[in-house]
Amino acid sequence: MEPISIKGTPKTPDVNFDLEAGLVEIKGRSIPENSIEFYKPLVDWLEAYKEKPQSKTIVNIQLEYFNTSSSKCILDVFKKLEEIYVQLDEDGVVINWYYEEDDEDMYEAGEDYQTILKIPFTMIEMEE
Amino acid sequence: MSFSLQNWYDKMQSENVLFAHKGTITSDLITNVLDTVEHKLEEAHEVSKIKRKVYNVLVEALQNLYHHIDVPPDGEYDNQFAIFILSKENQGEYKISTGNFVRKNKTKLLKDRLEQLNFLSKEELKGLYKMILNNEEFSEKGGGGLGMIDIARKTGNKFGFNFQNVDKEYFFFSLDVLISK
Repeated sequence: MEPISIKGTPKTPDVNFDLEAGLVEIKGRSIPENSIEFYKPLVDWLEAYKEKPQSKTIVNIQLEYFNTSSSKCILDVFKKLEEIYVQLDEDGVVINWYYEEDDEDMYEAGEDYQTILKIPFTMIEMEE
Repeated sequence: MSFSLQNWYDKMQSENVLFAHKGTITSDLITNVLDTVEHKLEEAHEVSKIKRKVYNVLVEALQNLYHHIDVPPDGEYDNQFAIFILSKENQGEYKISTGNFVRKNKTKLLKDRLEQLNFLSKEELKGLYKMILNNEEFSEKGGGGLGMIDIARKTGNKFGFNFQNVDKEYFFFSLDVLISK
């Protein structure tokens, strides 16, 4: 399985999905008008990864901005990760949700996802 | 007196306007506006919390227009025609105003929806947001009005809105959103 490595643009995030390292990273801005187009390959990659995941997968989500169109797609990414989580031992999938120290909205967005999903989130505050 | 779009637009213009647009809404335009506004907020040394809120609300407001506006009445306007204005108010709060044509048969739904959102508490808005987010039936275009709910949650303010009769088939719909300090 080829890794996914996408450089960010003003409207789309940096993406780094690495099978060998068991690493799933999305960082930056996610505000495209057509989010499905951007996120479908990522969800497909995770669907394939689910067949033979690493014993431990680290997920780093560090978003500066995301729009409501992306919010749905990001939930789809999390739901795939949840499927992997339930088939592994505890802590098989670790989700780190990063937010800037005064960004209550981003903290709350992480909380929203956490209450919808079965995977615990680690909330990580970053100093500005 | 009949509704004049130009008069309305002129009246909205003041020295406090940071950005105003009247015309077609495209993906590239949205990219450019966001970039310009971000620079202006930087230059004004606006606190990061407000900067982020203005940016977030602007994204949702513009993309709402991009995805949902009706084709305007024949003749004068492009298909993706809309207006939006970002201004700074006297108390330091920011105001985002949008204006677009809507077909008469949609006005009731829109009005009911906005009145509902204005009525809901912070917790109720959060619950509604999560319910729609987790519902497979809505599309990625933000079906179910996720964008509006997000704006209501992020600003904590009520929507100001107005419908003005244009002709037999159309109303001009204007929406005001305030981002307080």
